[in-house]
Amino acid sequence: MKKVGKQSYIMQNPVAIVNTACIVGPKEKEGPMHTYFDQCVEDEFWGEKTWEKAESKFIKESINLAVSKSGIAMQDIDFCFAGDLLNQCISSSFGLRESNVPFFGVFGACSTFVESMILGSMTIDGDFATNVLCAASSHFCSAEKQFRFPLELGNQRPPSSQWTVTGAGASVLSKNGNGPFVTAITPGKIVDKEIKDANNMGAAMAPAALDTLITHFIDTGRKPSYYDAIFTGDLGYIGKDILTDLSMSKGYNIKGNYNDCGVLMFDKEKQDTHSGGSGCGCVASIFSGFIYKNLIEKKYNKVLVIATGALMNSTSSQQGESIPGIAHAISIENK
Amino acid sequence: MFFIKPIESNEDYQKYVDEKTPNSPIWKDCFNAFWVGGLICAIGQVIFEICKMRGVGETNCYAIVSIMLIFFSAFLTSLNIFNKIGKFAGAGSLIPITGFANSIVSPAMEYKSEGYVMGVGAKMFTVAGPVLVYGISSSIIVGLIYLIFNMQYISLV
Repeated sequence: MKKVGKQSYIMQNPVAIVNTACIVGPKEKEGPMHTYFDQCVEDEFWGEKTWEKAESKFIKESINLAVSKSGIAMQDIDFCFAGDLLNQCISSSFGLRESNVPFFGVFGACSTFVESMILGSMTIDGDFATNVLCAASSHFCSAEKQFRFPLELGNQRPPSSQWTVTGAGASVLSKNGNGPFVTAITPGKIVDKEIKDANNMGAAMAPAALDTLITHFIDTGRKPSYYDAIFTGDLGYIGKDILTDLSMSKGYNIKGNYNDCGVLMFDKEKQDTHSGGSGCGCVASIFSGFIYKNLIEKKYNKVLVIATGALMNSTSSQQGESIPGIAHAISIENK
Repeated sequence: MFFIKPIESNEDYQKYVDEKTPNSPIWKDCFNAFWVGGLICAIGQVIFEICKMRGVGETNCYAIVSIMLIFFSAFLTSLNIFNKIGKFAGAGSLIPITGFANSIVSPAMEYKSEGYVMGVGAKMFTVAGPVLVYGISSSIIVGLIYLIFNMQYISLV
Protein backbone atom coordinates (compact mmCIF):
# COMPACT_ATOMS: atom_id res chain seq x y z
CA MET A 1 0.00 0.00 0.00
CA LYS A 2 1.46 3.35 -1.02
CA LYS A 3 0.35 6.61 0.49
CA VAL A 4 -0.43 9.33 -2.01
CA GLY A 5 -1.16 12.90 -1.00
CA LYS A 6 -2.73 13.62 2.37
CA GLN A 7 -4.86 10.60 3.14
CA SER A 8 -5.24 8.31 0.12
CA TYR A 9 -3.57 4.98 -0.54
CA ILE A 10 -2.95 3.03 -3.73
CA MET A 11 -3.02 -0.75 -3.40
CA GLN A 12 0.24 -2.44 -4.35
CA ASN A 13 -1.03 -6.02 -4.28
CA PRO A 14 -4.26 -7.03 -5.98
CA VAL A 15 -7.28 -7.08 -3.68
CA ALA A 16 -10.05 -8.84 -5.59
CA ILE A 17 -13.72 -8.73 -4.68
CA VAL A 18 -14.42 -12.42 -5.28
CA ASN A 19 -18.13 -12.31 -4.69
CA THR A 20 -20.92 -10.48 -2.91
CA ALA A 21 -24.38 -11.24 -1.59
CA CYS A 22 -27.29 -9.15 -0.43
CA ILE A 23 -30.60 -9.95 1.19
CA VAL A 24 -33.28 -7.30 1.66
CA GLY A 25 -36.77 -6.90 3.07
CA PRO A 26 -40.24 -6.49 1.51
CA LYS A 27 -40.19 -2.70 0.97
CA GLU A 28 -36.84 -2.90 -0.83
CA LYS A 29 -38.31 -5.62 -3.02
CA GLU A 30 -40.96 -3.16 -4.24
CA GLY A 31 -38.24 -0.68 -5.18
CA PRO A 32 -36.53 -0.27 -8.56
CA MET A 33 -33.41 -2.23 -7.48
CA HIS A 34 -35.19 -5.52 -6.72
CA THR A 35 -33.77 -7.41 -9.71
CA TYR A 36 -30.22 -7.02 -8.37
CA PHE A 37 -30.78 -8.52 -4.94
CA ASP A 38 -29.93 -12.16 -4.24
CA GLN A 39 -32.93 -12.65 -2.00
CA CYS A 40 -35.93 -10.61 -0.93
CA VAL A 41 -37.64 -11.62 2.29
CA GLU A 42 -41.43 -11.18 2.44
CA ASP A 43 -41.73 -10.88 6.21
CA GLU A 44 -39.84 -8.21 8.17
CA PHE A 45 -39.54 -10.61 11.12
CA TRP A 46 -38.19 -13.37 8.82
CA GLY A 47 -39.73 -15.96 11.13
CA GLU A 48 -37.97 -14.56 14.22
CA LYS A 49 -39.53 -13.20 17.39
CA THR A 50 -37.86 -9.76 17.48
CA TRP A 51 -36.61 -7.17 14.98
CA GLU A 52 -33.10 -7.52 16.41
CA LYS A 53 -33.08 -11.27 15.80
CA ALA A 54 -34.37 -10.70 12.28
CA GLU A 55 -31.56 -8.24 11.57
CA SER A 56 -28.97 -10.75 12.84
CA LYS A 57 -30.47 -13.30 10.50
CA PHE A 58 -30.15 -10.90 7.55
CA ILE A 59 -26.42 -10.44 8.16
CA LYS A 60 -25.84 -14.11 8.97
CA GLU A 61 -27.58 -15.37 5.84
CA SER A 62 -25.95 -12.82 3.55
CA ILE A 63 -22.51 -13.73 4.89
CA ASN A 64 -23.18 -17.42 4.37
CA LEU A 65 -24.45 -16.74 0.87
CA ALA A 66 -21.48 -14.53 -0.08
CA VAL A 67 -19.00 -17.12 1.19
CA SER A 68 -20.71 -20.03 -0.55
CA LYS A 69 -20.95 -18.02 -3.81
CA SER A 70 -17.24 -17.17 -3.60
CA GLY A 71 -16.24 -20.84 -3.52
CA ILE A 72 -13.99 -20.19 -0.53
CA ALA A 73 -14.61 -22.33 2.55
CA MET A 74 -15.68 -20.52 5.71
CA GLN A 75 -12.62 -21.85 7.60
CA ASP A 76 -10.35 -20.22 4.99
CA ILE A 77 -11.69 -16.75 5.82
CA ASP A 78 -9.01 -15.05 7.93
CA PHE A 79 -10.96 -12.11 9.26
CA CYS A 80 -14.43 -10.71 9.24
CA PHE A 81 -15.11 -6.98 9.51
CA ALA A 82 -18.78 -6.23 10.10
CA GLY A 83 -21.04 -3.70 11.72
CA ASP A 84 -24.54 -2.30 12.02
CA LEU A 85 -26.53 0.47 13.69
CA LEU A 86 -27.81 -1.24 16.82
CA ASN A 87 -26.25 -0.49 20.21
CA GLN A 88 -22.88 -2.26 20.58
CA CYS A 89 -23.29 -3.74 17.06
CA ILE A 90 -25.37 -6.68 18.28
CA SER A 91 -26.72 -7.66 14.86
CA SER A 92 -23.24 -8.40 13.55
CA SER A 93 -21.90 -10.11 16.63
CA PHE A 94 -25.01 -12.24 17.08
CA GLY A 95 -25.16 -12.97 13.37
CA LEU A 96 -21.52 -14.08 13.34
CA ARG A 97 -21.29 -15.93 16.65
CA GLU A 98 -21.59 -19.34 15.01
CA SER A 99 -19.28 -18.61 12.09
CA ASN A 100 -15.95 -19.37 13.86
CA VAL A 101 -14.19 -16.58 11.99
CA PRO A 102 -11.93 -14.03 13.75
CA PHE A 103 -14.20 -11.02 14.03
CA PHE A 104 -13.75 -7.26 14.19
CA GLY A 105 -16.87 -5.24 14.99
CA VAL A 106 -16.91 -1.97 13.05
CA PHE A 107 -19.00 1.13 13.59
CA GLY A 108 -19.13 3.96 11.11
CA ALA A 109 -22.91 4.49 11.08
CA CYS A 110 -24.11 4.21 7.48
CA SER A 111 -20.50 4.21 6.23
CA THR A 112 -19.79 0.89 7.97
CA PHE A 113 -19.79 -1.25 4.83
CA VAL A 114 -17.12 0.73 3.02
CA GLU A 115 -15.19 1.16 6.27
CA SER A 116 -15.13 -2.66 6.55
CA MET A 117 -14.04 -2.97 2.92
CA ILE A 118 -11.23 -0.47 3.49
CA LEU A 119 -10.00 -2.34 6.57
CA GLY A 120 -10.28 -5.65 4.68
CA SER A 121 -8.33 -4.28 1.71
CA MET A 122 -5.63 -2.96 4.02
CA THR A 123 -5.16 -6.31 5.77
CA ILE A 124 -4.93 -8.16 2.45
CA ASP A 125 -2.62 -5.62 0.86
CA GLY A 126 -0.43 -5.62 3.97
CA ASP A 127 -0.14 -9.40 3.72
CA PHE A 128 -1.95 -10.04 6.98
CA ALA A 129 -4.72 -12.08 5.37
CA THR A 130 -5.63 -14.01 2.24
CA ASN A 131 -9.41 -13.90 2.44
CA VAL A 132 -11.48 -11.32 4.28
CA LEU A 133 -15.20 -11.04 4.75
CA CYS A 134 -16.88 -7.62 5.00
CA ALA A 135 -20.50 -7.06 5.90
CA ALA A 136 -23.04 -4.59 7.22
CA SER A 137 -26.75 -4.62 7.96
CA SER A 138 -29.64 -2.44 9.04
CA HIS A 139 -33.32 -3.01 9.73
CA PHE A 140 -36.02 -0.37 9.45
CA CYS A 141 -37.97 -1.57 12.49
CA SER A 142 -35.02 -2.02 14.88
CA ALA A 143 -33.57 1.33 13.79
CA GLU A 144 -36.88 3.16 14.29
CA LYS A 145 -37.21 1.58 17.71
CA GLN A 146 -33.72 2.65 18.74
CA PHE A 147 -33.47 6.09 17.14
CA ARG A 148 -37.02 7.40 16.73
CA PHE A 149 -40.49 6.31 17.82
CA PRO A 150 -42.42 3.05 18.08
CA LEU A 151 -43.63 1.87 14.67
CA GLU A 152 -47.32 2.08 15.55
CA LEU A 153 -47.13 5.69 16.73
CA GLY A 154 -49.23 7.85 14.43
CA ASN A 155 -46.76 10.64 13.64
CA GLN A 156 -45.64 12.38 10.47
CA ARG A 157 -42.16 12.32 8.93
CA PRO A 158 -40.71 15.54 7.54
CA PRO A 159 -39.81 15.62 3.80
CA SER A 160 -36.07 15.59 4.59
CA SER A 161 -36.23 12.34 6.61
CA GLN A 162 -34.81 9.14 5.18
CA TRP A 163 -36.05 5.57 5.33
CA THR A 164 -33.74 2.98 6.94
CA VAL A 165 -33.20 0.07 4.59
CA THR A 166 -34.01 -3.42 5.83
CA GLY A 167 -31.24 -5.57 4.48
CA ALA A 168 -27.66 -6.71 4.61
CA GLY A 169 -24.79 -6.97 2.20
CA ALA A 170 -21.58 -8.97 2.37
CA SER A 171 -18.51 -9.16 0.20
CA VAL A 172 -15.56 -11.55 0.12
CA LEU A 173 -12.19 -9.96 -0.57
CA SER A 174 -9.22 -12.09 -1.53
CA LYS A 175 -5.61 -12.01 -2.64
CA ASN A 176 -6.53 -14.37 -5.46
CA GLY A 177 -9.28 -13.62 -7.91
CA ASN A 178 -10.12 -12.13 -11.27
CA GLY A 179 -11.55 -8.93 -10.00
CA PRO A 180 -13.00 -6.42 -9.83
CA PHE A 181 -10.17 -5.04 -7.74
CA VAL A 182 -9.93 -2.49 -4.97
CA THR A 183 -7.32 -0.09 -6.33
CA ALA A 184 -7.37 2.94 -4.03
CA ILE A 185 -8.83 4.01 -0.73
CA THR A 186 -9.41 7.36 0.93
CA PRO A 187 -10.44 6.96 4.56
CA GLY A 188 -12.37 10.04 5.61
CA LYS A 189 -12.04 12.38 8.54
CA ILE A 190 -14.81 13.67 10.75
CA VAL A 191 -16.45 16.82 9.40
CA ASP A 192 -19.00 18.74 11.43
CA LYS A 193 -20.78 21.73 9.91
CA GLU A 194 -23.00 22.03 13.00
CA ILE A 195 -26.21 20.72 11.47
CA LYS A 196 -28.45 19.67 14.35
CA ASP A 197 -31.56 18.40 12.59
CA ALA A 198 -31.58 14.60 12.99
CA ASN A 199 -34.28 14.53 10.30
CA ASN A 200 -31.88 15.96 7.74
CA MET A 201 -28.97 13.53 7.74
CA GLY A 202 -28.17 14.21 4.09
CA ALA A 203 -27.32 17.82 4.88
CA ALA A 204 -25.27 16.78 7.92
CA MET A 205 -23.21 14.23 5.96
CA ALA A 206 -22.76 16.02 2.62
CA PRO A 207 -19.80 18.18 3.82
CA ALA A 208 -17.96 15.01 4.91
CA ALA A 209 -18.64 13.42 1.52
CA LEU A 210 -17.37 16.57 -0.17
CA ASP A 211 -14.20 16.56 1.92
CA THR A 212 -13.41 12.93 1.08
CA LEU A 213 -14.35 13.35 -2.59
CA ILE A 214 -12.15 16.41 -3.16
CA THR A 215 -9.30 14.92 -1.10
CA HIS A 216 -9.50 11.74 -3.18
CA PHE A 217 -9.27 13.70 -6.44
CA ILE A 218 -6.41 15.89 -5.21
CA ASP A 219 -4.44 12.99 -3.67
CA THR A 220 -4.75 10.63 -6.62
CA GLY A 221 -4.67 13.27 -9.34
CA ARG A 222 -7.85 11.79 -10.81
CA LYS A 223 -10.76 13.77 -12.16
CA PRO A 224 -14.48 12.98 -11.86
CA SER A 225 -14.40 11.82 -15.49
CA TYR A 226 -11.86 9.11 -14.56
CA TYR A 227 -14.74 7.10 -13.10
CA ASP A 228 -17.62 5.52 -14.99
CA ALA A 229 -19.74 6.12 -11.95
CA ILE A 230 -19.43 7.75 -8.53
CA PHE A 231 -21.78 6.60 -5.79
CA THR A 232 -22.35 8.03 -2.36
CA GLY A 233 -23.97 5.93 0.34
CA ASP A 234 -27.20 7.39 1.66
CA LEU A 235 -27.08 11.12 1.24
CA GLY A 236 -30.62 10.89 -0.09
CA TYR A 237 -32.17 13.39 -2.52
CA ILE A 238 -31.35 16.49 -0.49
CA GLY A 239 -27.79 15.42 0.33
CA LYS A 240 -27.15 14.39 -3.26
CA ASP A 241 -28.28 17.78 -4.45
CA ILE A 242 -26.08 19.52 -1.87
CA LEU A 243 -23.01 17.44 -2.74
CA THR A 244 -23.45 18.14 -6.46
CA ASP A 245 -23.64 21.87 -5.73
CA LEU A 246 -20.75 21.91 -3.27
CA SER A 247 -18.38 19.95 -5.48
CA MET A 248 -19.28 22.25 -8.35
CA SER A 249 -18.35 25.21 -6.15
CA LYS A 250 -14.94 23.58 -5.64
CA GLY A 251 -14.51 23.14 -9.38
CA TYR A 252 -15.41 19.47 -9.74
CA ASN A 253 -18.41 18.70 -11.92
CA ILE A 254 -19.79 15.29 -10.90
CA LYS A 255 -23.29 15.81 -12.29
CA GLY A 256 -22.90 13.44 -15.21
CA ASN A 257 -21.77 10.24 -13.50
CA TYR A 258 -22.86 10.68 -9.89
CA ASN A 259 -25.66 8.94 -8.04
CA ASP A 260 -26.60 8.08 -4.48
CA CYS A 261 -27.47 4.64 -3.07
CA GLY A 262 -30.28 6.11 -0.96
CA VAL A 263 -31.79 7.66 -4.10
CA LEU A 264 -31.45 4.43 -6.10
CA MET A 265 -33.02 2.20 -3.46
CA PHE A 266 -36.64 3.36 -3.45
CA ASP A 267 -39.19 4.87 -5.76
CA LYS A 268 -39.72 8.22 -4.03
CA GLU A 269 -43.20 8.86 -5.39
CA LYS A 270 -44.72 5.40 -5.07
CA GLN A 271 -43.06 4.27 -1.84
CA ASP A 272 -43.36 7.46 0.21
CA THR A 273 -39.77 7.29 1.43
CA HIS A 274 -39.25 11.08 1.38
CA SER A 275 -35.54 11.85 0.91
CA GLY A 276 -34.55 8.23 0.10
CA GLY A 277 -32.97 5.22 1.80
CA SER A 278 -30.41 5.18 4.58
CA GLY A 279 -28.75 2.78 7.03
CA CYS A 280 -25.74 0.49 6.82
CA GLY A 281 -27.79 -1.96 4.77
CA CYS A 282 -28.45 0.61 2.04
CA VAL A 283 -24.96 1.04 0.59
CA ALA A 284 -24.17 -2.59 1.54
CA SER A 285 -27.02 -4.04 -0.51
CA ILE A 286 -26.77 -1.57 -3.41
CA PHE A 287 -23.03 -2.22 -3.67
CA SER A 288 -23.37 -5.99 -3.33
CA GLY A 289 -26.23 -6.01 -5.81
CA PHE A 290 -26.41 -3.24 -8.38
CA ILE A 291 -22.83 -1.91 -8.40
CA TYR A 292 -21.03 -5.26 -8.16
CA LYS A 293 -23.16 -6.89 -10.85
CA ASN A 294 -22.54 -3.98 -13.20
CA LEU A 295 -18.81 -4.30 -12.54
CA ILE A 296 -18.93 -8.01 -13.31
CA GLU A 297 -20.86 -7.39 -16.52
CA LYS A 298 -18.28 -4.66 -17.38
CA LYS A 299 -20.98 -2.03 -17.69
CA TYR A 300 -18.85 -0.14 -15.21
CA ASN A 301 -15.09 -0.53 -15.16
CA LYS A 302 -14.08 2.21 -12.75
CA VAL A 303 -16.28 3.02 -9.80
CA LEU A 304 -15.80 5.25 -6.77
CA VAL A 305 -17.99 4.42 -3.77
CA ILE A 306 -18.15 6.96 -0.96
CA ALA A 307 -20.15 5.77 2.02
CA THR A 308 -21.25 8.44 4.45
CA GLY A 309 -22.16 8.12 8.11
CA ALA A 310 -23.73 10.37 10.72
CA LEU A 311 -21.79 9.78 13.92
CA MET A 312 -24.47 10.54 16.49
CA ASN A 313 -26.94 8.75 18.70
CA SER A 314 -30.26 9.69 20.26
CA THR A 315 -28.61 10.85 23.50
CA SER A 316 -26.25 13.27 21.73
CA SER A 317 -29.21 14.60 19.73
CA GLN A 318 -31.30 15.16 22.86
CA GLN A 319 -28.37 16.94 24.50
CA GLY A 320 -28.34 19.41 21.63
CA GLU A 321 -25.10 18.23 20.01
CA SER A 322 -24.62 18.73 16.29
CA ILE A 323 -24.21 15.80 13.91
CA PRO A 324 -20.62 14.99 12.88
CA GLY A 325 -20.37 13.30 9.50
CA ILE A 326 -17.81 10.95 8.02
CA ALA A 327 -17.25 9.56 4.54
CA HIS A 328 -14.95 6.78 3.34
CA ALA A 329 -14.08 6.33 -0.31
CA ILE A 330 -13.04 3.17 -2.10
CA SER A 331 -12.11 2.94 -5.75
CA ILE A 332 -12.91 -0.31 -7.54
CA GLU A 333 -11.74 -1.16 -11.03
CA ASN A 334 -11.74 -3.98 -13.55
CA LYS A 335 -8.33 -4.84 -14.96
CA MET B 1 -22.47 26.32 -16.64
CA PHE B 2 -23.86 27.13 -13.21
CA PHE B 3 -21.33 27.90 -10.50
CA ILE B 4 -22.05 28.60 -6.88
CA LYS B 5 -19.76 30.36 -4.44
CA PRO B 6 -17.84 28.04 -2.12
CA ILE B 7 -19.55 27.88 1.28
CA GLU B 8 -17.04 28.11 4.09
CA SER B 9 -18.67 29.16 7.37
CA ASN B 10 -21.10 26.96 9.27
CA GLU B 11 -23.71 29.74 9.35
CA ASP B 12 -23.65 30.07 5.57
CA TYR B 13 -23.97 26.32 5.24
CA GLN B 14 -26.98 26.25 7.59
CA LYS B 15 -28.61 29.02 5.54
CA TYR B 16 -27.91 27.16 2.31
CA VAL B 17 -29.32 23.90 3.77
CA ASP B 18 -32.48 25.67 4.93
CA GLU B 19 -33.03 26.90 1.37
CA LYS B 20 -32.39 23.43 -0.07
CA THR B 21 -34.63 21.53 2.33
CA PRO B 22 -38.28 21.33 1.32
CA ASN B 23 -40.82 22.27 4.00
CA SER B 24 -43.72 20.09 5.03
CA PRO B 25 -46.83 20.77 2.89
CA ILE B 26 -48.36 22.90 5.63
CA TRP B 27 -51.71 23.77 3.98
CA LYS B 28 -52.40 20.17 3.02
CA ASP B 29 -51.39 18.98 6.50
CA CYS B 30 -53.60 21.61 8.15
CA PHE B 31 -56.57 20.73 5.98
CA ASN B 32 -56.28 16.99 6.68
CA ALA B 33 -55.73 17.62 10.39
CA PHE B 34 -58.80 19.86 10.46
CA TRP B 35 -61.27 17.47 8.90
CA VAL B 36 -60.00 14.26 10.52
CA GLY B 37 -59.80 15.95 13.93
CA GLY B 38 -63.31 17.32 13.38
CA LEU B 39 -64.56 13.89 12.35
CA ILE B 40 -63.16 12.29 15.52
CA CYS B 41 -64.88 14.94 17.63
CA ALA B 42 -68.12 14.42 15.69
CA ILE B 43 -67.93 10.67 16.38
CA GLY B 44 -67.50 11.54 20.06
CA GLN B 45 -70.56 13.76 19.90
CA VAL B 46 -72.61 11.00 18.23
CA ILE B 47 -71.66 8.56 21.01
CA PHE B 48 -72.60 11.23 23.54
CA GLU B 49 -76.03 11.85 21.97
CA ILE B 50 -76.82 8.12 21.74
CA CYS B 51 -75.96 7.63 25.43
CA LYS B 52 -78.05 10.65 26.38
CA MET B 53 -81.02 9.36 24.35
CA ARG B 54 -80.82 6.11 26.26
CA GLY B 55 -81.19 8.00 29.50
CA VAL B 56 -77.60 8.00 30.74
CA GLY B 57 -76.68 10.96 32.94
CA GLU B 58 -74.55 13.70 31.36
CA THR B 59 -71.42 13.08 33.49
CA ASN B 60 -71.52 9.38 32.66
CA CYS B 61 -71.99 10.19 28.97
CA TYR B 62 -68.67 12.09 28.95
CA ALA B 63 -66.92 9.14 30.57
CA ILE B 64 -68.41 6.71 28.05
CA VAL B 65 -67.27 8.91 25.12
CA SER B 66 -63.67 8.95 26.46
CA ILE B 67 -63.64 5.23 27.15
CA MET B 68 -64.96 4.36 23.69
CA LEU B 69 -62.61 6.68 21.80
CA ILE B 70 -59.64 5.34 23.77
CA PHE B 71 -60.75 1.80 23.00
CA PHE B 72 -61.14 2.45 19.25
CA SER B 73 -57.76 4.15 19.08
CA ALA B 74 -55.99 1.35 20.98
CA PHE B 75 -57.73 -1.26 18.85
CA LEU B 76 -56.79 0.44 15.57
CA THR B 77 -53.22 0.85 16.83
CA SER B 78 -52.96 -2.88 17.40
CA LEU B 79 -54.25 -3.53 13.87
CA ASN B 80 -51.55 -1.31 12.36
CA ILE B 81 -54.20 1.14 11.11
CA PHE B 82 -53.89 4.08 13.50
CA ASN B 83 -50.32 4.91 12.42
CA LYS B 84 -51.63 5.30 8.86
CA ILE B 85 -54.39 7.63 10.04
CA GLY B 86 -51.78 9.53 12.08
CA LYS B 87 -49.46 9.82 9.10
CA PHE B 88 -52.29 11.28 7.05
CA ALA B 89 -53.94 13.52 9.62
CA GLY B 90 -51.01 14.52 11.89
CA ALA B 91 -52.25 16.65 14.76
CA GLY B 92 -55.84 15.89 13.72
CA SER B 93 -55.63 12.42 15.24
CA LEU B 94 -52.84 13.22 17.70
CA ILE B 95 -54.48 16.00 19.72
CA PRO B 96 -57.81 14.29 20.62
CA ILE B 97 -57.76 11.57 23.26
CA THR B 98 -57.17 9.07 20.41
CA GLY B 99 -53.57 10.27 20.04
CA PHE B 100 -52.95 9.83 23.73
CA ALA B 101 -54.18 6.24 23.63
CA ASN B 102 -52.01 5.56 20.59
CA SER B 103 -48.93 7.00 22.29
CA ILE B 104 -49.32 4.52 25.17
CA VAL B 105 -50.31 1.43 23.20
CA SER B 106 -47.60 1.77 20.54
CA PRO B 107 -44.56 1.62 22.87
CA ALA B 108 -46.25 -1.15 24.84
CA MET B 109 -46.43 -3.20 21.63
CA GLU B 110 -42.93 -2.25 20.52
CA TYR B 111 -41.17 -3.11 23.77
CA LYS B 112 -43.05 -6.32 24.52
CA SER B 113 -39.96 -8.15 23.22
CA GLU B 114 -38.04 -6.95 26.32
CA GLY B 115 -40.54 -8.61 28.66
CA TYR B 116 -43.55 -7.43 30.65
CA VAL B 117 -41.63 -5.68 33.43
CA MET B 118 -38.65 -3.94 31.82
CA GLY B 119 -40.28 -3.80 28.40
CA VAL B 120 -44.02 -3.10 28.48
CA GLY B 121 -44.08 -1.80 32.07
CA ALA B 122 -41.04 0.45 31.94
CA LYS B 123 -41.34 1.73 28.37
CA MET B 124 -45.11 2.17 28.08
CA PHE B 125 -44.96 5.86 28.97
CA THR B 126 -41.88 6.86 26.98
CA VAL B 127 -44.00 8.91 24.57
CA ALA B 128 -46.94 9.85 26.82
CA GLY B 129 -44.78 10.42 29.92
CA PRO B 130 -43.87 14.06 29.17
CA VAL B 131 -47.54 14.85 28.40
CA LEU B 132 -48.57 13.40 31.77
CA VAL B 133 -45.80 15.12 33.74
CA TYR B 134 -46.37 18.57 32.27
CA GLY B 135 -50.13 18.14 31.95
CA ILE B 136 -50.49 17.33 35.65
CA SER B 137 -47.91 19.94 36.71
CA SER B 138 -49.60 22.72 34.76
CA SER B 139 -53.04 21.74 36.10
CA ILE B 140 -51.65 22.07 39.64
CA ILE B 141 -50.26 25.52 38.84
CA VAL B 142 -53.55 26.62 37.27
CA GLY B 143 -55.35 25.26 40.34
CA LEU B 144 -53.09 27.26 42.64
CA ILE B 145 -53.67 30.46 40.65
CA TYR B 146 -57.42 29.84 40.81
CA LEU B 147 -57.11 29.32 44.56
CA ILE B 148 -55.23 32.60 45.06
CA PHE B 149 -57.73 34.69 43.08
CA ASN B 150 -60.82 33.06 44.56
CA MET B 151 -59.75 32.94 48.20
CA GLN B 152 -62.98 34.58 49.37
CA TYR B 153 -65.15 31.68 48.13
CA ILE B 154 -63.15 29.01 49.96
CA SER B 155 -64.26 28.18 53.45
CA LEU B 156 -61.76 26.30 55.58
CA VAL B 157 -64.25 24.57 57.75
